[in-house]
Amino acid sequence: MSRRVRLAVFVPALGVFAALLVWGLVGLPDFGHYVGPYGYLLDRVAVPERHVTNVVTAVVFDYRGFDTLGEEFILFTAVVGVVLLLRGDEPEAPELNDSIGSDLVRVGGVLAVGAALLVGLWLVAFGYLTPGGGFQGGVVVAAAALLVFLVSSYRDWEGIGSEHVLDPLEAVGAGGFVVIGLAALVSGLPFLTNLLGPGTTGTLRSGGSVAFLNWATALEVSAALLVLFSEFLEEYVVPLAAESS
Amino acid sequence: MAIALAALGAPAVVLVRDPLKQIVLSGFYGWSLVILFVVLGAPDVALSMLVVGTVGYPLVVLVAIARIRSDKEEGDGE
Repeated sequence: MSRRVRLAVFVPALGVFAALLVWGLVGLPDFGHYVGPYGYLLDRVAVPERHVTNVVTAVVFDYRGFDTLGEEFILFTAVVGVVLLLRGDEPEAPELNDSIGSDLVRVGGVLAVGAALLVGLWLVAFGYLTPGGGFQGGVVVAAAALLVFLVSSYRDWEGIGSEHVLDPLEAVGAGGFVVIGLAALVSGLPFLTNLLGPGTTGTLRSGGSVAFLNWATALEVSAALLVLFSEFLEEYVVPLAAESS
Repeated sequence: MAIALAALGAPAVVLVRDPLKQIVLSGFYGWSLVILFVVLGAPDVALSMLVVGTVGYPLVVLVAIARIRSDKEEGDGE
């Protein structure tokens, strides 16, 4: 395609896209003038009904828990797909000698791993009291494990990234969500009904089932990310490093 | 301030041509959005943006870049 043809396609498309965008922006309510009734309603009922101070988590793991189940299985299915594609009967991984020599990186790195792990667990644990929750906390926990690979060596990472550890963890996380939902069904209530008492507002013992769904999600998300990373590493990065060393 | 950072970050990501620099910049751009969300009172969205924009997305792109580069080097050698 010549430059002229490309411009002839690009400029009208840009114009249409920009016009649509401006049109959409103009139609937005002013900042602070939210018009949907649902948000106000939840804001009012979440704390009295569920004793959960983070309304977002109350929506994700209670009022709209079924949607979250679907989302969790989107992630689960995606990871299963990656594993099916990448996990073959590949030959024994080559011995890698990629230890980081710098003491500064190692010491700083170990501290960073600890800090990230702590932040991740904190985000999960208090996810239904303050901003956070299983999804975000789970990713941070996974990132802490990835840091082990970055600041140490592939050999240290292999212990964490082993499929024998991660696969069961991911399954327990995804399955745990369903089991909690079924527990309500068994007790004669609709699927995923919050059957544990609401507890005391503002403490870790609040929200009932929300807390357990939160931890199940955290387990699923962090294990899923680590499975992905470990498959990517095995398939793409280890062969490269072995070649260049 | 936060809006200015985001407004500067977006074109910067597009204008830089080297994919490696681009992904680092996109991480910083993600950060500016995180600050913006915090300022606008949406800490939950900010946290999600933080983990997706600075952990998940750069990771996948970096692996892809590493893979493409090695293929290219092999191709050059032939």
